[in-house]
Amino acid sequence: MQGLIGKKVGMTRFLDSETGVATPVTVIEAGKNVVLQLKTEERDGYCAVQLGFDKCKEKHATKAAIGHAKKHNADVARVIKEFTLSADASVEPGQEIGLEIFANTVYVNVTGTLKGRGFAGTVKKYGFRIGRATHGNTNRRERGSLGAGTFPGRVFPGLKMAGQYGNTQKTIRGVQIVGSDLEKGLLFVKGAIPGKNGGVVYVKKNEVKG
Amino acid sequence: MEIIKELEKSFISDKSAIDFKAGDTVEVAYRIVEGNKSRIQKYKGTVIQRKNSGMAESFTVRKISANGVAVERIFPLNSPLIETLEVEMRGKVRQARIYYLRDRVGKSARIKELKVSK
Repeated sequence: MQGLIGKKVGMTRFLDSETGVATPVTVIEAGKNVVLQLKTEERDGYCAVQLGFDKCKEKHATKAAIGHAKKHNADVARVIKEFTLSADASVEPGQEIGLEIFANTVYVNVTGTLKGRGFAGTVKKYGFRIGRATHGNTNRRERGSLGAGTFPGRVFPGLKMAGQYGNTQKTIRGVQIVGSDLEKGLLFVKGAIPGKNGGVVYVKKNEVKG
Repeated sequence: MEIIKELEKSFISDKSAIDFKAGDTVEVAYRIVEGNKSRIQKYKGTVIQRKNSGMAESFTVRKISANGVAVERIFPLNSPLIETLEVEMRGKVRQARIYYLRDRVGKSARIKELKVSK
């Protein structure tokens, strides 16, 4: 089992009772993932497990989604995501999977959707420096030159310009697990993760750091 | 947010029940760890602010140290390193954050004691 679907709950801090050091902690609710389907080498050409997370009211779901869930007496899932699975893993459809899969894991990768900032300028988006406020300066928040003149006579592709910022998927790799509450299905990781509180995140084992 | 509040409960120390505010003179016994030895250092001064709430709450204590050098120290209220926190005198102040003390020296930097009448 490689990962889970979760929900970002919010941030807090943990205090070390010995040293008094405060650790920034993000709380992820990631218990109760239900196996909805198994993809097998013979039938699908690859091995994977399809997990469902969070309840969705039946009136909001399509009949196909309801039928898919009811096949294994599971709740209609709001989020469905596939994770790769080794061929010898023993997982049954309908089975509930929780945080126990991270029992020996220290580092994970967390994928979420960034907070949307709309059409943002280069200062907010790329951290460009703002111009001088006084002394006749008219270039306050503009990006400056787009390049030379007649030669090359065009704007090079890939220049950093204003545009949509946020609302894209982002993965933070090597996030340290500092604890978990198996009963409540809460995972505690060190530091910040992408997205707003309540946003869906995918937590995967980090294969590099272990 | 309910989940976060529930988690933070276990970190909130008994110090948060102590009734003190800006203007009070307090003595903080703070554990200092040096290598593998630890000792208790007492720090006495005037509380000039209490900040934030819940487990993130902290307070600033100002004192005039040797040679008239003013020292301000910020303590997390729920820090396990705070051994004891004692209120020595209740001060009569009007603001919740008495930053004006920073601009005052000597007699004008005094704070009147708050006499609690029954």
